[in-house]
Amino acid sequence: MLKIVKRPEGSHRRETLMRVSAVFFALVASAVIMALLGYNPFLVYAKIVEGSLMSAYRFRETIHKTIPLVVLSLGIAVAFKMKFWNIGAEGQLYMGAFGAALVAYSLPTLPSPLLLAFMMLVGAVFGGLWALIPALLKLKFSTSETLVTLMLNYIAIKWVSYLQYGPWKDPNGIGFPKMAAFSSGAVLPKVFGIHIGWIIALVLVVVIHILLKKSKLGYEIAVLGESDTTARYAGMSVAKITVTAVLISGGLCGLAGMMQASGIERTLNDQLSGGLGFTAVITCWLARLSAPAVVLVSFLFSVLIQGGAYLQSSMKIPSAVAGVLQGIILFFVLGSEFFIQYSVVFQKKKSAGEVHDA
Amino acid sequence: MKKRWIASLLAAAMVLVLTACGGTGTQATPTPTAAPTEEPTQAAGIPKEDLKVGFIYIGEINDQGYTQAHDQGRLALEAMGIQCMYVEDVPENADSEKAMNDLIDQGCNVIYATSFGFMEYTVEVAKEHPDVYFGHCSGYMRSDNLSTYFGKIYQARYLAGIVAGMKTQNGKIGYVAAYAIPEVIRGINAFTLGVQSVNPDATVEVVWTNTWYDPAVEKQAAIELLNKGCDVMAQHQDSTATQIAAQEKGAFAVGYNTSTPDAAPNAYLTAPLFHWEKFYVDDVQKIIDGTWTSRAYWEGLSAGMVSLDDLTANCAEGTADAVAAAQAKIESGELEPFTGPLYDQDGNVKVAEGTTMTDDEIWNMSWFVKGVIGTIPE
Repeated sequence: MLKIVKRPEGSHRRETLMRVSAVFFALVASAVIMALLGYNPFLVYAKIVEGSLMSAYRFRETIHKTIPLVVLSLGIAVAFKMKFWNIGAEGQLYMGAFGAALVAYSLPTLPSPLLLAFMMLVGAVFGGLWALIPALLKLKFSTSETLVTLMLNYIAIKWVSYLQYGPWKDPNGIGFPKMAAFSSGAVLPKVFGIHIGWIIALVLVVVIHILLKKSKLGYEIAVLGESDTTARYAGMSVAKITVTAVLISGGLCGLAGMMQASGIERTLNDQLSGGLGFTAVITCWLARLSAPAVVLVSFLFSVLIQGGAYLQSSMKIPSAVAGVLQGIILFFVLGSEFFIQYSVVFQKKKSAGEVHDA
Repeated sequence: MKKRWIASLLAAAMVLVLTACGGTGTQATPTPTAAPTEEPTQAAGIPKEDLKVGFIYIGEINDQGYTQAHDQGRLALEAMGIQCMYVEDVPENADSEKAMNDLIDQGCNVIYATSFGFMEYTVEVAKEHPDVYFGHCSGYMRSDNLSTYFGKIYQARYLAGIVAGMKTQNGKIGYVAAYAIPEVIRGINAFTLGVQSVNPDATVEVVWTNTWYDPAVEKQAAIELLNKGCDVMAQHQDSTATQIAAQEKGAFAVGYNTSTPDAAPNAYLTAPLFHWEKFYVDDVQKIIDGTWTSRAYWEGLSAGMVSLDDLTANCAEGTADAVAAAQAKIESGELEPFTGPLYDQDGNVKVAEGTTMTDDEIWNMSWFVKGVIGTIPE
């Protein structure tokens, strides 16, 4: 019979090997599916690379997708490190974008650097406060943060929809439900054709890496994540650490929202994210909550997203194919987690009774 | 890039011609060259084989509605031997800007953005790419390299109103509508006037969905109206959900965009149809000929840009004659649906007797005629 047993702590090299092979097998499995659908998988992979990297424009677009994924993944990583399952990045992004828009619409004539800094600040604060709600509920009433953060996503999106269809509807839009464009000062400037979010994202990677790996707070977050009893025993304030970490987590997601609104959309709308906050949960998890790995994984995911869009127009392949590819990779990598932590052993039959019990 | 390439090719051809002429003179030249007389037109236009036309679609090319209707235009261009590309399911936000830039990156030198909400993004991309030709469907913002185009679908809607007005038993007609913008309001009004031309007391009740294309939402809205007792349905939506809902409730339905008698065979009466290929072929031909200029294209029944679908056996007796009579009058200009007296929902005169609204007034219409039940949000 088959039996599943927990593995002893494996070597780091072995884990990495398993993850890489998981990705490899995911690509093989995707190739089989594509072949079954009637597409040449090698051509599809080549087109994905071509469509995401092989011109300055396409590379810039790939980076435009990478930026929010990196910042969101970093935000999620801070919470996940504490085993605070923040599935609410999407909602925090929208609240951050809302905060940024509030500033952009209220003070359109402020000098641009000041205005942008203010938008970032308010965006981060709004995102952080939105994440604080589930944290406080958890501390007070031991509610499941997974559920609360998830549900707050939909509230945030509906809130932006409400603004878009109601009080913030562009009066010059002849009735079409959209919000007015930001003034030019509220739009993030570009460096090398990419909005400066990429510089901010890189700085944040370093900051969060130091925070999680080198700082006292990072240590406390990790300890709390392992066991809150241990944390308490060590004299740490669970409430204080939770609140701080969650504010940072939500704040980063809010900042990502500000950058999407300002750098990409130049306005606010209820389709601003299109699920980035959920994709970032995946990229964060695949990166094993490591800030430098987040950059790599987010970039590779962006290659898939941008390359997938290219597939659609260049080969007339439905963009859903790229989605299937992402799904398969995730499935295999999450599957490999299981095999990293557990091993399946074949056992000889011991007695008939035991078999029946099982 | 492409233009520069063409320019250098032309320059090379010109040099060849000049050297040929300046050479041995009387002797027939063995070098095959382009006829010099054709040169000016060639320089102004883009040869067919160098064109690459990109379409940005709000829905999917097999949506049995709006996007499918536009895609007939793409197919017509491809039948002419013109390269085309398209992107489906483009949301009406900055993603549309990216989709257009993606297509231009892949060599498109003509871009058609087929949904209203793409407007400001199209303006932006057109500004960044002055050497690319743009067309934006249903909008009002134009620039040197950006035209707008639409069909006078309200004329076909008026005819569809006649069909619905003759079919309804209880005088309650439902209308599932996307957004409260002039394009949609104009259609509802024309349809209602068509209904009233044969059935003066009938009403048209409107439900807004706030989406162009979302079959689930559209169907829900249709069921809401059907449950209120509407026995004929109409739609300003991109899918056939309204027609299917009508069939399920034993009611009848007028479609939109493309002919869909098979989606709900027991309910389908007819549909106001677009023939976008009329515009696309005309517009691209102008680019080839070098006669393209930015314009506001808005043609109707007489130009073949819109039509009413064939009537099915579900229609009431005598409908065909009534429709044919009205259609002939509209095409001849004798009948203009938006001619006074027209009243608003409260019964106030909005257009005096004998006055016909101008194209501009029709284009910007933002009030409901009498007989429409529903409100236009602030």
